[in-house]
Amino acid sequence: MKPTQEPRIDPSETFDVLVIGGGNAALCAAMTASEAGARVVLLEASPWEFRGGNSRHTRNLRYMHRSANGFLTGPYLEDEFFKDLLLVTKGNTNEDLARFTIRESAEVGDWMMAHGVRFQPSMRGTLHLSRTNAFFRGGGKALVNAYYATCERLGVKILYDAEVTDLDMSDGLFRSATVNHKGTVLQLRARCMIAASGGFQADLEWLKRSWGEAADNFIVRGSPYDKGVVLRVLREKGADTVGDPSQCHCVAIDARAPKYDGGIVTRLDCVPFGICVNKEAKRFYNEGEEFWPKRYAIWGRLVAQQQGQTAYSIIDAKSIDLFMPSVFPPIEAGSIKELAHKLGLDPDSLESTIQEYNAATTPGAFDSNALDGLATTGLEPIKSNWARPIDTAPFYGYPLRPGITFTYLSLKIDEQARMLMQDGKPSKNIFAAGELVSGNILGQGYMAGFGMTIGTVFGRIAGKESAKCLQKS
Amino acid sequence: MSSKILEEANRIMTICNACRYCEGFCAVFPAMELRRIFTESDLKYMANLCHNCRGCYYACQYAPPHEFNLNVPRTLAQLRLHTYQEFAWPASFKGVFNKNGKVVAAITILCVLLLTLTSLARHGSSAFFASQAGPGSFYAIIPYPVLLVLFSAVGIFACVSLWKGMKNLWRATEGKAEMFRSPAYNLRAVWDVLRLRYLEGGGDGCNYPDDKFSMQRRSMHHFTFYGFLLCFASTVVALTYDHALGIAAPYAFFSLPVLLGTLGGVSLAIGTIGLYRLKKLMDKEPAYAEAFPMDISFIMLLCSVTISGLLLLVFRSTSIMGILLCIHLGLVMALFITMPYSKFVHGVYRYAALVRHAGEQIQANPVRKKP
Ligand SMILES: Cc1cc2nc3c(=O)[nH]c(=O)nc-3n(C[C@H](O)[C@H](O)[C@H](O)COP(=O)(O)OP(=O)(O)OC[C@H]3O[C@@H](n4cnc5c(N)ncnc54)[C@H](O)[C@@H]3O)c2cc1C
Ligand code: SF4
Ligand code: SF4
Repeated sequence: MKPTQEPRIDPSETFDVLVIGGGNAALCAAMTASEAGARVVLLEASPWEFRGGNSRHTRNLRYMHRSANGFLTGPYLEDEFFKDLLLVTKGNTNEDLARFTIRESAEVGDWMMAHGVRFQPSMRGTLHLSRTNAFFRGGGKALVNAYYATCERLGVKILYDAEVTDLDMSDGLFRSATVNHKGTVLQLRARCMIAASGGFQADLEWLKRSWGEAADNFIVRGSPYDKGVVLRVLREKGADTVGDPSQCHCVAIDARAPKYDGGIVTRLDCVPFGICVNKEAKRFYNEGEEFWPKRYAIWGRLVAQQQGQTAYSIIDAKSIDLFMPSVFPPIEAGSIKELAHKLGLDPDSLESTIQEYNAATTPGAFDSNALDGLATTGLEPIKSNWARPIDTAPFYGYPLRPGITFTYLSLKIDEQARMLMQDGKPSKNIFAAGELVSGNILGQGYMAGFGMTIGTVFGRIAGKESAKCLQKS
Repeated sequence: MSSKILEEANRIMTICNACRYCEGFCAVFPAMELRRIFTESDLKYMANLCHNCRGCYYACQYAPPHEFNLNVPRTLAQLRLHTYQEFAWPASFKGVFNKNGKVVAAITILCVLLLTLTSLARHGSSAFFASQAGPGSFYAIIPYPVLLVLFSAVGIFACVSLWKGMKNLWRATEGKAEMFRSPAYNLRAVWDVLRLRYLEGGGDGCNYPDDKFSMQRRSMHHFTFYGFLLCFASTVVALTYDHALGIAAPYAFFSLPVLLGTLGGVSLAIGTIGLYRLKKLMDKEPAYAEAFPMDISFIMLLCSVTISGLLLLVFRSTSIMGILLCIHLGLVMALFITMPYSKFVHGVYRYAALVRHAGEQIQANPVRKKP
């Protein structure tokens, strides 16, 4: 429950470790540093109610393990893990650091359980992850709650509504952080600092630099507090970065989703089973190219390129039960024309697009669980799987918009989670973890459950190394 | 029933069904996942499947102040209370659930007064307060035939109306008769009840009194549940002694009925006081405040039945035995009369929902997965 009083902070005090952020990576760092004997303060920009950043929206993590257990159905070893990573990143990774991360992830499950997290067997509808990914019972918010409870028990001082706005540092040496705590400006000093404040996906102005005005129509799937302030300040003060600053992980989601924090429920898995049109009621890409989880990220981009950053997925009664239910009901109509009307599309154009598509479908066996090869002929663009005619009323439409998960631009780090400066030297007392460093390993693409792995692995390393660094100084 | 409540229940279940993060906590989520849309009967069934552990409130990223404003335990508690009303038998007694706290208290006072005053009038105060002991002394206060008729009447009434209520629920939630008769499904449900499986949450307990997981509520519920069963067993044994063996109450301290009753009474006292304490301390956010009077009045009635029973045991050979006996029996009578209209119904309805759940799950996953 919400703490009734704030921890007392003496502005003249110098903390051992100052952790910026309040998600998975920050919490793992704070717990580890505190267990190593450090006096830790953790600064979370959000109020208590929304604590936990994007981590509160997660459901699982992927870690290397030698054998099956109560919630993982089989072993998952380094080489297979790394191969999976190569596949999604198309080689855009740092092999040494990636393999290091994978090895360090071995059996993090036990550590997580010892710190309050509980796992359950893979959720229904996600069975393909049952061997590789461990699911949190109650999801990411339950995980975050458990970690906060552990932090409190360990005596970590936690400040909510505490946004770091500036840093006092020179030559890669951190001295103090300027914190806006509920409107009061604090200057907090510490011997070491751990940056774990996530990506900058919630800063639409920043995104506009790469995406132009289109970014105004983006939906941020996670926390509105991940605005990248710390990343920007550190970069200005000489930190080196890695990852394409213009790229983000962006998927097609329900256009009716809240602007921020809509989380997992706004995803739409219906696209492969119907057709997808833009505001002109024209198709623009092969909807049946691959299984949806392998393609939903390119669809974020595709939709972002359409007029008004909007598209519509259209299916018929045959397909309505084939995908995970979503949060907003489909727009339903008895005829294509009526559906077009309800979606705000030109009825004649939509009808002719569907007639053209239907005419190009071919007979054959449909199988939603396999690449069934049921493709259109002579249609541009082709639909190469699951191409059944859209002919059975009622017809359904879902509006789509791009939804941003995270950005790729990251701080460069080494295996000790030390932040690297532009001259290639590691900072003496600044460490970084989580989304803020994921670009070191995940240069492109995404692998389900790996964001939490990076946060857990480097959060723990940062916590441990910061405590070591105290002993040295 | 107000369609607003159903609409809200439908809204939250639709969001949960798109998320499913909480499926490890309880039976509601696996039941939900078998459906894509929720009919009125589905929602009423799921509301009675919820054990109010609150795991899904603290774990929810959409809990208020998020704009989705999801409060699953509170919404289901609200719907559940409405089903208690709707399914009550006879239907004209529905209203009892409206001012449940007051009604239960009034009936209790009436029952106690009725027994005490009639006995007092019959005996006169000197005989009523004369110390009595030995076999048959209870019947000297209230004659055996009166007891038999009175308690058979209220017992039969309670059983019939609870049964009718359960049938109403079963019909309204469109449960199939075969399912309800199936020994396998009943067996699974009985097992779930005996270990209070869903008060384990996913294994670490419920979120009581605050957001931390704890087995307190389950333990206290166990004390209450098994205490109640022991007291019930004690009564059955006592009846057998009396009717079949011809040994009249009160019985010796180390006789079976008294041992069972004492053990049950102590356990019930611990359990009800523990549950009361948790209710007082608990975070009120995930709770439905209008259900408090019903919860509290039932816990208090159970607690006073057991405390009066224990006092009777201690003071049964003194001059206050007469009045204690009347109070105790009055409370027991009130407990039985109000049973179909008090929080007691949750046990019956939840049992029916669990049978349904066992049936659905066994049918949906024929090979039972290892836990
Ligand atoms: C809907 C959704 C589902 C996802 N599902 C999964 C999944 O199942 N598995 C998985 O591995 N990954 C998943 N991810 C990705 C995952 O969320 C991230 O990889 C992970 O949470 C990153 O953790 P983090 O601690 O680095 O960042 P975050 O959890 O985002 O935490 C950043 C924290 O920093 C705080 N902060 C930001 N700026 C400041 C500042 N200036 N001062 C102080 N504090 C600040 C924020 O308030 C926040 O608490 C999902 C993402 C989304 C959006
Ligand atoms: S209560 Fe919240 S977290 Fe749990 S399943 Fe429902 S929407 Fe998801
Ligand atoms: S409160 Fe507990 S029992 Fe009720 S729906 Fe939520 S998790 Fe299930």
